[in-house]
Amino acid sequence: HRCDWLHAILSSVPQLTNSPTLIVMVGLPARGKTYISKKLSRYLNWIGVPTKVFNLGQYRREAVQSYKNFEFFRPDNEEAMQIRRACATNALKDVVIYFSKDHGQVAVFDATNTTRERRISIVSFSKEKGYKVFFVESICDDPDIIAQNITEVKVSSPDYVNCDKDEAQADFLKRIECYKQSYVPLDDEKDRHLSYIKIFNVGSRYLVNRVQDHIQSRIVYYLMNIHVTPRSIFLSRHGESELNLLGRIGGDSGLSPRGHKYATALGGFIKGQHIKDLKVWTSHMKRTIQTAEHLGIPYEQWKALNEIDAGVCEELTYEDIQENHPEEFALRDQDKYRYRYPNGESYEDLVHRLEPVIMELERQENVLVVCHQAVMRCLLAYLLDKTSDELPYLKCPLHTVLKLTPVAYGCRVEHICLNIEAVNTHRERPGNVDVTRDPEEALKTIPEHF
Amino acid sequence: MTLSVCALRSADMTTDQEKNELTQTPLLKIWVPWLGMGGCKLNRRRGSSVPQFTNSPTLIVMVGLPARGKTYISKKLTRYLNWIGVPTKVFNLGQYRREAVQSYKSFEFFRPDNEEAMQIRKACATNALKDVVIYFSKEHGQVAVFDATNTTQERRVSIVSFAKEKGYKVFFVESICDDPEIIAQNITDVKVSSPDYLNCDKDEALADFLKRIECYKQTYVPLDDEKDRRLSYIKIFNVGSRYLVNCVQDHIQSRIVYYLMNIHVTPRSIFLSRHGESNMNLLGRIGGDSGLSPRGHKYATALGTFIKSQRIKDLKVWTSHMKRTIQTAEHLGIPYEQWKALNEIDAGVCEEYTYEEIQDNHPEEFALRDQDKYRYRYPKGESYEDLVHRLEPVIMELERQENVLVVCHQAVMRCLLAYLLDKTADELPYLKCPLHTVLKLTPVAYGCKVEHVFLNVEAVNTHRERPGNVDVSRDPEEALKTIPDHF
Repeated sequence: HRCDWLHAILSSVPQLTNSPTLIVMVGLPARGKTYISKKLSRYLNWIGVPTKVFNLGQYRREAVQSYKNFEFFRPDNEEAMQIRRACATNALKDVVIYFSKDHGQVAVFDATNTTRERRISIVSFSKEKGYKVFFVESICDDPDIIAQNITEVKVSSPDYVNCDKDEAQADFLKRIECYKQSYVPLDDEKDRHLSYIKIFNVGSRYLVNRVQDHIQSRIVYYLMNIHVTPRSIFLSRHGESELNLLGRIGGDSGLSPRGHKYATALGGFIKGQHIKDLKVWTSHMKRTIQTAEHLGIPYEQWKALNEIDAGVCEELTYEDIQENHPEEFALRDQDKYRYRYPNGESYEDLVHRLEPVIMELERQENVLVVCHQAVMRCLLAYLLDKTSDELPYLKCPLHTVLKLTPVAYGCRVEHICLNIEAVNTHRERPGNVDVTRDPEEALKTIPEHF
Repeated sequence: MTLSVCALRSADMTTDQEKNELTQTPLLKIWVPWLGMGGCKLNRRRGSSVPQFTNSPTLIVMVGLPARGKTYISKKLTRYLNWIGVPTKVFNLGQYRREAVQSYKSFEFFRPDNEEAMQIRKACATNALKDVVIYFSKEHGQVAVFDATNTTQERRVSIVSFAKEKGYKVFFVESICDDPEIIAQNITDVKVSSPDYLNCDKDEALADFLKRIECYKQTYVPLDDEKDRRLSYIKIFNVGSRYLVNCVQDHIQSRIVYYLMNIHVTPRSIFLSRHGESNMNLLGRIGGDSGLSPRGHKYATALGTFIKSQRIKDLKVWTSHMKRTIQTAEHLGIPYEQWKALNEIDAGVCEEYTYEEIQDNHPEEFALRDQDKYRYRYPKGESYEDLVHRLEPVIMELERQENVLVVCHQAVMRCLLAYLLDKTADELPYLKCPLHTVLKLTPVAYGCKVEHVFLNVEAVNTHRERPGNVDVSRDPEEALKTIPDHF
């Protein structure tokens, strides 16, 4: 008899693929391969597909302790070639371990992979192991974009720690030249049996060949929706609500007087930021809509942004939950990410329903999302690459705006507290999560309320 | 998404008091600013929880030689967009031509040197585009699919200027195929039976159609990598092995690309079934998470036998996360996958009630639901419209898959069926999906063939027709007139 618990873990989404998938990046240096690798991994991990990046540059830095200059990458540098080939072999060995022992599902091989010979050997390696292969090639000939990339991420790389910016820039450009000589892009005719996406000029154009399965289809959709235009994402909870004041979870109450004050302050803050074409999103719940109403800008309501459904615990205080459902309360503390309220949802369910929001967030530019505690934790975890263990305990206090700005390979976060008092709604994991614990142990970490 | 139309009022008309007041619209249960005695008449929605897809109407322009699947793609894409709540319509040039030239003689009509025919064909294109304008400006259409060959640069350039002048976005969908077997198959599937060839035998029709294609080939100029680099388009090669996507402008174009890249034409069947009769069904109660009744178990066993007898290759089985669908699947003896998205509609405060109890406790809600069953949202629950939105990933995966059996629930099955059979939002909530009946859907030509297979195990009826009186002031008997029998 199948275990329902196991099914719940395995099947909030369908089986995305039967075999592990090796994503192979292709492209000259400074074409965004690492940027894409990291972003794609962040997305796949967030939606529940264990993914890891294997960056060849890191293997090389470990093998060759100190980088001298571009000469290492000259195609006639036999000694270096040996080292580089050995690094690739080691990286692929680690991929095997990741798939067979670490329960990985997707591995991203982040290297130039610019020769046919290298790609053929990867394809045979994968075939032998039973892995699916999907190539992601980034092609860019815009010198401004390349220069920008080099300034943003290369100049500050460990390779150039003792160089000034111009030296680093000059050396890196020579490095690119070393690869150009032997670079053979994926070929329309010769590579027609391979599965791949070619991305031209940061996304104005895509060539997609032979998508094999669901995960590759999702990867293509994601890659086609991301962009690199500078923008900021603002995350805020609704203003303090009447139920917040009473320490009650869920429900659909309106703002408290302090909550209204916050909403007004938020409007002032937003105006002060002078944001171009700001989109404002709320949930379908009264408290986020009331908050947005104070901003004086049009907003869009997303049902997907509704707070986590606490099922039978809706509108209860933590004390009520401990009294009426002590076992549930303990189970939640044992695994807050996967725990599903009876007749309600889990954080894992929440991530799944927020995926279209994330996809649209990627497509958009400046956005303010007015949402809820659990929802904000999920969005933040995606944007800041937090694990599912960390996610349910991320601090998202009331009356604080988070401003996230993509920079280099990640996101810069600014916390802006708008100086309006509010209750604390953050409950830390208590020491004792056992079903047999005493009520005091369960209620040790609950925040104060009226 | 509900655009907050009310927030666009000028600021000085709003007092602080009004800013703090929100009211929940009774039917859709959306929070809108309180507008005093007038109230807010917000009743129109564009999808329940998706963002504004696009600011301007979108003209999708098909491109390709005859028999390349343009009409197939146009109809399928339109069906999908309408289902997700984007009003879409196909404008098929062939139909305009058939109306203008009452009877089709032969391929000669399509010869590039046939001046008289050329005039007629140009006039048809103009009329079609005029109708597009009416569709957008007067009928609240959002997407129009211009289904024609559009094989010359000249024709496409004129469409682009027309669209630019009107403020429409343009997205081209070009289908390129040089596999003679696929072409021959297409011609057999849909051309030979077209009104044009009513009085011809199959071989005559085939031969004439092939000559028709030749007429177009001479002047066909595909979208050009270089010259057309500023246009937004997707090129589909050989029924989907390869795609070229250029300059996607907005959300709706991104969704269209994703959809087109997930559909396929490999023959397969989709089986839809509800769970076996449940204990709640027997009591006439809605929702909940009960197990199967004895008859429900019998059905599940019969379903297993039926499935085996069909000898289906690589059948995937999907259930919801609810006990009754999982118990049903357990009898099949095949691995199954559970989708939370397939859970039955959440009846909120009405969960586990009988219709009599709903009438007793929430008579107004009961009436509102009968007034607009598709958009009505249960308090703390969902609407059919919400359901469609949450089922969209299921539909997308259904498109990717081949043989699938979906074991689900009444409202869910109505939504899936509406998508597969192109039913409107008005028809959807009243589609008949009785217990203990499997539906076998097989794509054929431009649509779907449906076979209803009742597995001969008795069950209660759970279908409630719309009663005559849907007024909030109606008597209880009028409300309960159409409820099905139960224990």
